[in-house]
Order: sequence, then C-alpha cells, then structure tokens
Amino acid sequence: MNTQSAAFPAPSSLKVVPGTERAQAAYPYYMQFTAADDQRFWFYNSMHFPEPMSAFDMVTAEAAYCALGSSTTRVHCIPTTLGIDYRIINGRVYIGGNAVTDPAEVARRTSEFQQRAFYYYGNWERLYAQWRDKMMVLIREAQAFPRLELPEFEPLANVHAGRGIAANHRLLDIYQKTLEGYFRMWHHHFEFLLLGYGAYMTFFAFCKKAFPEISDQTIARMVAGIEAEIFRPDEEVRRLARRAVELGVDDEFREGRTPPAVIAALESRGAAGRDWLAELATSRDPWFNINVGDGFYHYHRSWNDDLSMPFAGLPGYIARIKAGESVQRPIETLKQQRRQLIEDYRELLGSEEERQAYDQMIGLAHRVFPYVEGHKFYCEHWYTNLFFNKIREFGALLAAHGFFAREEDVFHLTHFELEAAIIDLMTSWSNGSPPRGPEYWPHIVSERRAAIAEWAKHSTPPALGPVPEVIDDPAIVMLWGITRESLDRWLRAGTDASSRELRGFAASSGVVEGPACVVRSVEEIGRVRAGDILVCQITNPTWAPIFQKIAGAVSDIGGSMSHAAIVAREFGLPAVVGTGTATSRIKDGQRIRVDGGRGIVTLLT
Amino acid sequence: MAAGMHIAWFEEIGLGDREQVGGKGGSLGELTRAGIAVPPGYVVRTAAFERFLGTLEQCAPVRAAVTPLKSYDLEAITDCSRTLRRRIEEAELPGEVLEELSAAHERLVHQDPEQPVAVRSSATCEDAQEASFAGLQDTYLWVRGVAETARRVRSCWASLYSVESISYRLTHGFSEERVAMAVVVQKMVDAATAGVMFTRSPTTGDRSVVTVEASWGVGSAVVGGEVTPDRWVLGKITGEISVREISDKQIQHVAAAGGGVASVAVSEERRRLACLSDEELQQLRALARRVERHYGSAQDIEWAIDRQSGAILLLQSRPETVWSVKDAAPLAKPEQDPLLHVMSVFGTRQCR
Repeated sequence: MNTQSAAFPAPSSLKVVPGTERAQAAYPYYMQFTAADDQRFWFYNSMHFPEPMSAFDMVTAEAAYCALGSSTTRVHCIPTTLGIDYRIINGRVYIGGNAVTDPAEVARRTSEFQQRAFYYYGNWERLYAQWRDKMMVLIREAQAFPRLELPEFEPLANVHAGRGIAANHRLLDIYQKTLEGYFRMWHHHFEFLLLGYGAYMTFFAFCKKAFPEISDQTIARMVAGIEAEIFRPDEEVRRLARRAVELGVDDEFREGRTPPAVIAALESRGAAGRDWLAELATSRDPWFNINVGDGFYHYHRSWNDDLSMPFAGLPGYIARIKAGESVQRPIETLKQQRRQLIEDYRELLGSEEERQAYDQMIGLAHRVFPYVEGHKFYCEHWYTNLFFNKIREFGALLAAHGFFAREEDVFHLTHFELEAAIIDLMTSWSNGSPPRGPEYWPHIVSERRAAIAEWAKHSTPPALGPVPEVIDDPAIVMLWGITRESLDRWLRAGTDASSRELRGFAASSGVVEGPACVVRSVEEIGRVRAGDILVCQITNPTWAPIFQKIAGAVSDIGGSMSHAAIVAREFGLPAVVGTGTATSRIKDGQRIRVDGGRGIVTLLT
Repeated sequence: MAAGMHIAWFEEIGLGDREQVGGKGGSLGELTRAGIAVPPGYVVRTAAFERFLGTLEQCAPVRAAVTPLKSYDLEAITDCSRTLRRRIEEAELPGEVLEELSAAHERLVHQDPEQPVAVRSSATCEDAQEASFAGLQDTYLWVRGVAETARRVRSCWASLYSVESISYRLTHGFSEERVAMAVVVQKMVDAATAGVMFTRSPTTGDRSVVTVEASWGVGSAVVGGEVTPDRWVLGKITGEISVREISDKQIQHVAAAGGGVASVAVSEERRRLACLSDEELQQLRALARRVERHYGSAQDIEWAIDRQSGAILLLQSRPETVWSVKDAAPLAKPEQDPLLHVMSVFGTRQCR
C-alpha cells in the first residue's frame, strides 16, 4: 500500500489561526505539536472533544489520558498497546496511539497482562463493588469541600481553637484537593474500562464473524443491561409525571412553562404541591446529577443545574398517563426479549462447539457490562459536574475580586494559571495590597474567549500525518471505533460536500421523514415540537425525556454502541449518530429522511 | 384417502418418499404435513412412469436406447432425444394410470373444469442432489382439464429425455435404470407477487438473515431470470430490514389466454414500486424461520402470494447447497479458561 499518497496533512502544515497565537501558547508545552510529530499518525478526537477546548477544560484530556495510559501501559499491561499521546491546536485535541510491535515485548507484556487483567475478570463483581464504594467516597469528599470564604478577619472561633492556618491557605487546599479529586476520578474511570470494552469487543467480533450481516445494534442489545444507571434519570421523570397525576397537580405542567414558574406554582398548591416537590428532591439526588452533554466541557451543565431538560419531558409523559398509557419501562418484558434474542442467535450457530464458545463470550460480556454502562453516571456525570461547579465557585470568588468579569471566565485559565491566580488572591489577602490579577487577566480572558469563537468557525482535518496500513491498537479501535475503513472515508470526504446524503452510524433502525429541529444548546430544547427530527451535536441519553415526542434523532457525534443509541432503540426511535456534520449541513426546519437502519440521512428540501 | 399405487396426495408423503415422488413432490408433502400453506395437489408417482415406460418398451427400447450413447456424440444424442420425446408425448397413459389420475384430478378441481393446475416435474435420481437437475426439467402452468393434464404429465416425462438431460446423465455416468420421474399436479396460484427466499445469505453465508427476491406476477419470471427482482435482506431474528433494492420490473408473467404463461409489460406506475409490503416481508420471514426449523438446515424457498386471498403459499423448499459445504472449522471453540477468548482482542496484532 502506498502510504505516501494516502496521507493526511502533516501536523506542521496545520497553522494556528492568525490572531490566536497567544491563546494557543496558553496550553502547556507538552500539549503543543513539535516537528517530530510529523512522523506519526494523529486523529482529531471529535468524539469526546467536538468543540474547541478552553484552557481550563483541557484538564479533562490531561487527566483522562494520564489515567487511560496508566491502565493500558502499566497497570493491566495490554500486550499490544501503550497509552495515548495528545496534542492541541486551535482548541482541537488530536490523539495518537502507541503500539507495541516487537513480538518479544508483546510476549513479555502478555504474561503480565494475564496476571493482572485475568485477576480483574476473575474477581469482577467484588472489585466492581469495591469500585462503587471508592467512587462514593470520592463523591462525598467532593461534596464536603467547604464553601470558599475569604472573610476580612479570620473567624474568632478558629483563632480560639488555635487552628493556626488562615482562610487564604484553605483556598489553596480546597483547590488542590479539587484538582486531585478530578485526576483520581479519571483513574477510577479507567480502572475497568479497557477490560470491559475488550470483553465486549471479543463477543462483538465473534458475532460479526458468525453473522457477517448482523447490525452493531443487535449485538449491543444482546449485551446491554436493562436496569443500567443510564436509564434511571428518565425513569425518574416518568415517576414524577405519574406522581403529578396521582397528586392531582398535573395541570401545572404545561408546554413552554419554565421550571421556576412550575415550582413557584406548586409551592402555592398546598400539601399536594409540597409532596410533589419532595418527590422532585428525591429524584434530584442523585439521579439529576446527569449532564446534558458528555461531561467533558464546563458548560455541559447537569439537570440539577438547569431543570429545563427533565421538565421538558413532563407534559408529554403526563398526557400519556392521562390517556391511560403506562409509561413505566416494561422491565420484565425487556429482559425476556433480551434472553430470547440471545437464544435465537445461539440456535443459528453452526455447531455445538461454537455455541459453547458463544456462551463463554457472552457470559463474560454480561459480567463486565454493568461497569461499562454504569461508570459514566458516577464519573462523567456526577463527579465531573461537582468538579466544574467547584471551579465555578473559584470563578465567582475571583470575579468578585475583579480578576475578570464573570465566574465563567475562570475556564479560560489553565489549571496551572488558576492556581497562580488563587495564590495571587491569597497573597493580596495576606499582605493587604491589591491583587495583581485584575490588571493581568481581563485582557487575556477576552483574547482567549475570542480565540475559542474564532476556532469554532474553522473546521479541522479529521486526521494528521501518514496513514497507518492497519489500525490495530485495541484502545483506539474500542474507544473511538476508528478503522482503516473510517480513515478511507475521511480521505474521500470533502469531495462530496454537494451530496444530499449524510452518513453516520446506524444507531436505531427505522425510517422516518420530518422537519429538522437543529438544536445547538440545551436552552433551545423548548423549541422542539412533537414530530420533529432532533438534530444536535450529541444525542445524549439525558435527552431521553424529549425522545418521547420526537420522530427521529441525528447527531454529529457518537457511535452505535453509545448509550444514546441504546436509549433510542428502546424508544423505537430511528437514529443516526456520528454524522460529523449534521448540525452544520442541516437547516432548521428543513425536511429530512432518517434511515436509522442504514445510517443515512437524506436532505429532502 | 389412499389414492392407489400411481398417485399420492401431498398429505400422504414426505421427504422419505422421494424415491417414489421425486424431490419436489417429497418437499411439498413434507411442507403440507408440517402445516405450512402449500397449494393442494397430488403426485403422479414414479410407479406410473415405470408402468408407462414398460408399455413403451414393449414396442421399442427406451432406456436401452440411451445407455450406449457417448456423451460427446451430440448428434446421436439429439436424434435419440427427438425420437424418445415424440414417442413419450404421443403415447396414451396406461388405462389404470389414467383412471387414477382422472379420479385424483376431479377431486382436486372439485368438478370445476376451469380450475387451472400447475404440472411440474419432480425428478428422482439417487446419485445426484435434486438441485443439480434444477433447470433441466419442465413446468407447465395454467393447465386445464384431465386430458391436458395427462398430456403435460407426459411432457414432463419426455423432458427427462431432452438433449440436456441425457447429456447430463451421460457426462456424470448416471445409470439410466435408476432414472425416473414423478410429476406434481397442484392448484395453480394466480400470483400477484412471487419469488424466492434464502434462509442463508447467498453473498456472505450469514445464517441470521433472510434474503427475499420478488417480482410482480408468477415466479417463473424471477426464477428464469427474465426480470431483475426487488431484493430485501431481513434480520432473521430481528426482522430489521437492512437492504431494500427496488428495481425496475419491466415484465411479469401472467396467465395466457390458451393456458400457460405470457410475459407482459408491467404498467409504468407499478414498475418501480416495491412488490412486497413490510408486513408481507415479515410474514415471509416468519415462514422462512418455520421451514428452516422444520428441516433443521438452511433452505432455498419458492413462494407466491395469491392474488385473491393475499395468502402466502410455498411452492418449493430445498436445502441450501453452496455455503453448507464451506462450514468446515468452527469459528471459535470453547476454551478451558473462558478468559482466554479476550486475547483475540488484546493479545494479537489484528490483521485485516
């Protein structure tokens, strides 16, 4: 194969957008491309980081790849791969694998791997129970971080108690613990992840071999848990709808009414209203600690931060309940269907030997899957949300001291710079002189904010550097679904921009036509009308409450194994994910056809 | 119910009777007994052919005329074929056979002389899979009345002595003594849509999909390759339709005025319409699963949808032969330690 002709642009040929050089230089030196990087293959991680990353948000890439690499390289010692390298340019995160190719080294690592990974597989339930305990400890610790306070005088009680440490030091302490917690959380995130995906992929690959035409979704359905955490937030919305009807306060839930207005109305509805609000409180902790995105950006807020999403689903569920419909998920039926599906495919296999191997592989996949499905709620949703909100508190404190205008501006500082700003404030509090930050940061923040906006206007190549002949890094194949075929598709793309068709992953089968509702942020969720086809960047499962009223869904990002796909399937909602360009190519109101079984979106008007 | 030694009703026979009723007859009997909708009918057993041949042989040899021929001597084969076919087509059925046939036929058509039937060859040949003979034998559609049916039965028998059939047997060294033919007579299905389906993908060998090919009218247009059929691929278990190829179906086979079929143009507005609804596809899928389960192996199935009732009727089912011979080594074997399976993902360079 001629790798010369099949190459993406070299990293060195990719230029920083003029006028944004200083914003680019803000990212730490170890994230910047160098000349040596031209020799390697990189791809844009549009799955996790579809938008330009602000200086602070890069902590997510940093912490995640640190932890991922530890797991693959040194903890479980995956024989054929080390960890992930990452770089950032124009706010876009490029990543590259680090394959092990020397057969002797693969053999050495195989022996390590089997002593480590096989122990995890063999003791999965116990280690996973232990994992949940560790995560809850981490979450409780983060919840217990004190509020940030910088009083004029140290409280007398502290002085009398002989504490000996002043309030300014506590800022640094809380900040460092907040940051440490986030890095720790990502280690927990990857403690089982590759092993989980690997067991799933083993079964997946066997199914594809035995049934070459089986859809990815069907395999996912055989493995996916019915009672996974990811279904809970939407189940809570259904429960709240049911309680609203039972308590006779359902008339307060009307399309277009804001959550604060509904809550205010319920507060004046006496006991029934208060009862419903108490129900809401139990749902919120913990199940509304779920992000409307994937949790990788500070602005992916949770349902608890903004009740628009769950409240958008209530009128629809209430209407269905009043029409005599049950909105409860038929758990037993779903379980029975899954058992039948597994049994039916088993029966089709060619021999008893294959059936026994199938049983072994699906057995292992079922064993690991509760983690694969469950970890996101605890890590990417609950913990990430606590983390960014704590950083937001620092933003509010610094804004109050004039470092910048708004609390959100804090996310334009790297985590190193934020520590510096905190120490600046600590110093100022201690010596009585004004902090230096107010002169230093506002200009930088506005420059970086402008750079993010500028970068968002520029598309970036899907990959850089020479194309490898095979993509055989299990981490890259598993986590990003990148194959030689997808690279070939990227190489061809750009030549067919005039096409009326968009291709993505077949996420949930069915064909539907309708008007597109292009939603760029959660605030726009109220615009979605019954029968619309939702077009958005990420179809997150947390959008489930509005799945009941839309006719189909299309997203820029996502794979067919994604939770969004699983939830869409349960709603019987045709969906195509990972189109790359849907929100930019489809116009609001445009008629489109979604073929969820083939992964094709057609522009009709 | 028993119909005598020369005739057998579908209900009375199964795959085990192929020697007397041929592959097609055996298959239709088997399906009927399994409770699967098949156009009702009977089989003119090989005993009737033997009886008929015996009468014919009294005048001049038939089998003995073929045996000494050389497979490369096309001229001699052609001469022999012409003579034998004429003799078979012109001879009367032996009285007893004709009596049985007439009685069975009356019962099939319920005294309705206008009720058309299909007369289809059902060859038996111990040495060869019936599939090998596919396309070498004749089928006559929209046949009306006992006399015409009897004539078409003889035509089927005569087809055993076509140049192609003789050459095929000579080339493969099949003994003439063991070659015989049964004939299926069944109610004609006036098909709105007809086609074939495979319970295993012809292209990938996948056992989890059903491939359906169909076109307007009688299935002979699809089987004979006269029309590019619509094509669908359905998940056998899930029912999910992964491929829909709607083709330009220019012609269809329909009943001809004087019996048989005529190839007519499909109207402009119907040419590019899907000839099956999703509901019908799902019914076909259910049927495919049922038939495959019954046989315990992948099947190639011919079917038709009755224009009047909308019912799906099976016309033929035979074992899939291409992929089944390729299933040698299992794709995976159970491991002593089930965890070792994951090494296929983690431990080896994954070459494409």
